[in-house]
Amino acid sequence: MIDKPAVTSALSILGLFALWVVAATLSAFPQILPQPWALLEPFQREIANGKLPYHLGATLLRVIWAFCLAMAFGVALGLAMGRSERLNRWLDPWLVIFLNLPALVLIVLCYLWIGLNETAAIVAVTLNKIPNVATFIREGARALSPDLDAMAQVYRMSWMARLRHVTLPQLAPYIAGAARAGVAVIWKIVLVVEFLGRSSGIGFQIHLYFQLFDVRMVLVYSLSFIVVMLAVEWLLLQPWERRVRRWRTA
Amino acid sequence: MAVAATVGTPREALENGVTSVDIRSKSFGGVPVLGRVRFDIAPGERVALVGPSGIGKSTVLRIVTGIDTRFEGHVDRPEAMAIVFQEPTLLPWRSTIDNLLLTHPGLARDDALAALDRVGLSGKDGFFPGQLSLGQQRRLSLARAFAGKPDLLIMDEPFVSLDPEMAEQMIALTETLIAETKPATLFVTHAHAEAERLADRVLVLGGHPATLG
Repeated sequence: MIDKPAVTSALSILGLFALWVVAATLSAFPQILPQPWALLEPFQREIANGKLPYHLGATLLRVIWAFCLAMAFGVALGLAMGRSERLNRWLDPWLVIFLNLPALVLIVLCYLWIGLNETAAIVAVTLNKIPNVATFIREGARALSPDLDAMAQVYRMSWMARLRHVTLPQLAPYIAGAARAGVAVIWKIVLVVEFLGRSSGIGFQIHLYFQLFDVRMVLVYSLSFIVVMLAVEWLLLQPWERRVRRWRTA
Repeated sequence: MAVAATVGTPREALENGVTSVDIRSKSFGGVPVLGRVRFDIAPGERVALVGPSGIGKSTVLRIVTGIDTRFEGHVDRPEAMAIVFQEPTLLPWRSTIDNLLLTHPGLARDDALAALDRVGLSGKDGFFPGQLSLGQQRRLSLARAFAGKPDLLIMDEPFVSLDPEMAEQMIALTETLIAETKPATLFVTHAHAEAERLADRVLVLGGHPATLG
């Protein structure tokens, strides 16, 4: 049987592609909007000379670092704030301030205070994302079952066992939500960070070709990374989510 | 051994295995709910705590188990405790056998399988609780309670929301398991008939703030 939603997704993407072809044909200026197939040659060239894999790798590494750090701190902070009303009252104003601080401000400040280096780049992205993750997880922590807590306490489950088997499974939908929202935002912020102050990465290349007014190369680099991020979503995040949700559908 | 009562800090097991509860007072937001509540449970003794709904039975129970430590008085309790709630209170994301093994890390897999068998759940070890009927989930919750051979078993209105037939089944199974394992049992209910059937001794909680009558 044909998988209906998959067919719809494929048609939808095909539609976007067709729109691009039509727009490119109408514009008639290949340097402003090239045809999709005009990107194939520079794409192959950039892979052959190793530049695309190099910059893709640099960006991916930053995304992974920032993602792991933001998730770890965000989950810990959100869990603590969700469980302690007192702590929440103290930290909530901070969360509101950081949530409303533009990403650009944090990035510029990190570069000014820490320097134009890798640490500053990753710290800037991480700080941008922690408040979102914490907000997500706090909701989950507030919904934790007090009965299961009591059960775990009476049976004297260890701290680790409680976290792993009682708390985190209850938070799983919130963690998955935060992770998906997180990946989507983080890689976009990483590009800005690279644009402003790094000498490698997709953002750096986009900056370079922006100055050279080379639309083709800007598209080659950005589309490559979009493909990578879609692969992460489909090959890593979605299967993981299905795995932790197995007990619901069994 | 006369030890000065400490505020809110229960001391752990006595050598003779007696569970000793001495609550002097307990308040919620300045409103006293419990007055002096003092009783002992000898090893293997079955005690029922009865009283109308909302009188504070569950509060006593939470203090006895150590879930609630904000009270005046002290509690001596054995190390190995088990609890059966009104609802099964299982880990729905872990298999039935893991529900036993995770709460009893020392339990051998074969013993866990035997415990499942004992409550009529043989062959269900790989199932998630959501795949069991509600009656099976309740029996799993009983299996979990007895699997660790507890010295003190606490039951919080375990049969209150059951239809008469299922309640009868569950009470009979509980009686059998108690007879086999012989834990000290504190059994909270508002049904006197249940209390007299299962308990050697019935304590009645009443008044405002509540005390033992």
